[in-house]
Amino acid sequence: MRKILSMAVAAATGFALMGGLPEAKAAEKLKAAWVYIGPVGDFGWTYQHDQGRKAVEKELGDKVETTYVENVPEGPDAERVIEQLARAGNKIIFTTSFGYMEPTLKVAKRHPKVFFEHATGYKRDKNMATYNAKFHEGRYVLGQIAAKMSKTGTVGYIASFPIPEVISGINSLMLGAQSINPDMKIKIVWVNSWFDPAKEADAAKALIDQGADVISQHTDSPAAMQAAEAGGAKAFGQASDMISFGPKAQLTSIVDNWAPYYIKRVKQALDGTWTSTDTWAGMKDGEVVMAPYTNMPDDVKKLAEETQAAITAGTLNPFKGPIYNQKGEMVVKEGEALPDKDILSMNWYVKGIDDKVPGQ
Amino acid sequence: MLDAAIIGAVLASVVAAATTLLLASLGELVAERAGTLNLGVEGMMIVGAAVGYATAYSSGSLLLGTLAAVLAGVVVSLVFAGLAVWLAANQVASGLATTILGLGVAGLIGSSFVGTRIDAAPALHLPVLTGLPIIGEAVFGQDAFVYASVLLLIAVTYGLARTRVGLVLRAVGENHAAAHALGHPVRKIRTLAIMFGGACAGLAGAHLSLAYTPFWASDMTAGRGWIALALVVFSAWRPLWLLAGAYLFGAVSILQLHVQGFGLGIPSQFLSSLPYLATIGALVVISALKHGQGAPASLGVPFVPDR
Repeated sequence: MRKILSMAVAAATGFALMGGLPEAKAAEKLKAAWVYIGPVGDFGWTYQHDQGRKAVEKELGDKVETTYVENVPEGPDAERVIEQLARAGNKIIFTTSFGYMEPTLKVAKRHPKVFFEHATGYKRDKNMATYNAKFHEGRYVLGQIAAKMSKTGTVGYIASFPIPEVISGINSLMLGAQSINPDMKIKIVWVNSWFDPAKEADAAKALIDQGADVISQHTDSPAAMQAAEAGGAKAFGQASDMISFGPKAQLTSIVDNWAPYYIKRVKQALDGTWTSTDTWAGMKDGEVVMAPYTNMPDDVKKLAEETQAAITAGTLNPFKGPIYNQKGEMVVKEGEALPDKDILSMNWYVKGIDDKVPGQ
Repeated sequence: MLDAAIIGAVLASVVAAATTLLLASLGELVAERAGTLNLGVEGMMIVGAAVGYATAYSSGSLLLGTLAAVLAGVVVSLVFAGLAVWLAANQVASGLATTILGLGVAGLIGSSFVGTRIDAAPALHLPVLTGLPIIGEAVFGQDAFVYASVLLLIAVTYGLARTRVGLVLRAVGENHAAAHALGHPVRKIRTLAIMFGGACAGLAGAHLSLAYTPFWASDMTAGRGWIALALVVFSAWRPLWLLAGAYLFGAVSILQLHVQGFGLGIPSQFLSSLPYLATIGALVVISALKHGQGAPASLGVPFVPDR
């Protein structure tokens, strides 16, 4: 109890120092701020963005001063928070959720000298850039591993919301799986949440009970990994390396590594070379990182590493034709690849997925 | 499509899902029967989850962790009791403040435990009975929290209806002025009821972080405290209907995941809303059929003893 109290006191003092006292060195440092949708302790999406922020601090040391605001709901609250950060003298502000798009744009128009960076959106301005990561590249590798490792020929997929980013991930995984086993089956469960550990665990259990023996997730907590470990299945982690939650279950994990991008952009803001850009980086740029391949035979590991190398080198594109939709119509011709804009607005499943996109 | 093994596994999941809700809502039911509406359930629960996990991780003892979670729930509930009972502040505002405070404090306590894990509370397998088909795993293969929730339900049902303590507690909730006139210490009784609610919420939190998903993550209760609160209202403040509500909610929320897995093409957004729709529907029907009691008459009304 005493420890908790002293922690609380320490925290209170910390807040007072942060907000209450004028900082002498503030003028020389570049102030950078991050706005988070979830808590930094989610061990998923927000956690990884915060790791990126910490990397900026480590890399640029006393040239920068970083702050963050966590648990900011999308909507009017976000605008107020972003406005406040802009007024507080931050030179560059990263807003890390899709729903911050309009609020960021509004505040950006009011503060033309501040640089704004919005993750996963598509609206830009002279002082507002966007950035995202090609997570579907990683999912293609997962699909190949799943097809090799599954004994039942069924992979389970815990999905969050039916938005293009998630649907393209499902398709990419399935295309990877079909490249190994054309008859691979997939069972998809939508939990309609990014973060609800108990529900994610329930979904994993349900999928395992129904015969899926490899579990993939597009939700943020390690609950599904733990459930797979307990249920004797294999699983892929999400956002962070979740090996400690599934020492016998984790095959690999798609790790979001925002550090290279954040360091690059803050440096540009420092030396005055920042321009508004649209960045969609993947394995090649070190933004999509695969956790070590574990709990699999050497030949599967070799296959995964080769695929990863090919995607990194640009010789393999997960969405390269021929690709058919569920009706059997050819969507992408042999020798062509799906353009980025079509991946970013994907709302259809590829052939071989025996389910419907929710709400369609 | 369905065989005995799947049905058994589904039932076991349903029991586990319902237990968190049952634990938290039983405590809230007692607090509300004493006339205090504590909207701080989510806050007490998350602090219980954080303190329980921190203690269990540091000490290696699940029992210590559980006790610490219960204690933490009580401590947070005292914040609410201090505001709402002793300072006669607005109960809705005090409860909301308790939840917001709890979420923040829990994040602070848990911050150094993010990314760690412990072994889940073991299932207490009873040798022969667990092997029974279909119901074996669901009834006899659960962890101690499940059995604790059943014992608590029996204790609360019996205690409220059949004991003197229960009678006094209900009297305080129905008409605090009359109870005061009879010489009952209204504020002390209410404080004790709120503390009981805090203990139950803490236990529910421990169920989440020690048994259900044995790790710590901020906001891991994900709104279950609010569902527990709603269940109390819809059960018309009766423990047995609460049991029905919690299990119905648990059952539909597990079943909808299975229905999705079968790929029947029913929109998942609709399926996700089903637990709420089904529970509201069923409990509305129940309370319409029996023109049972409404809310405790003094619920939410601050009590200031006249001297």
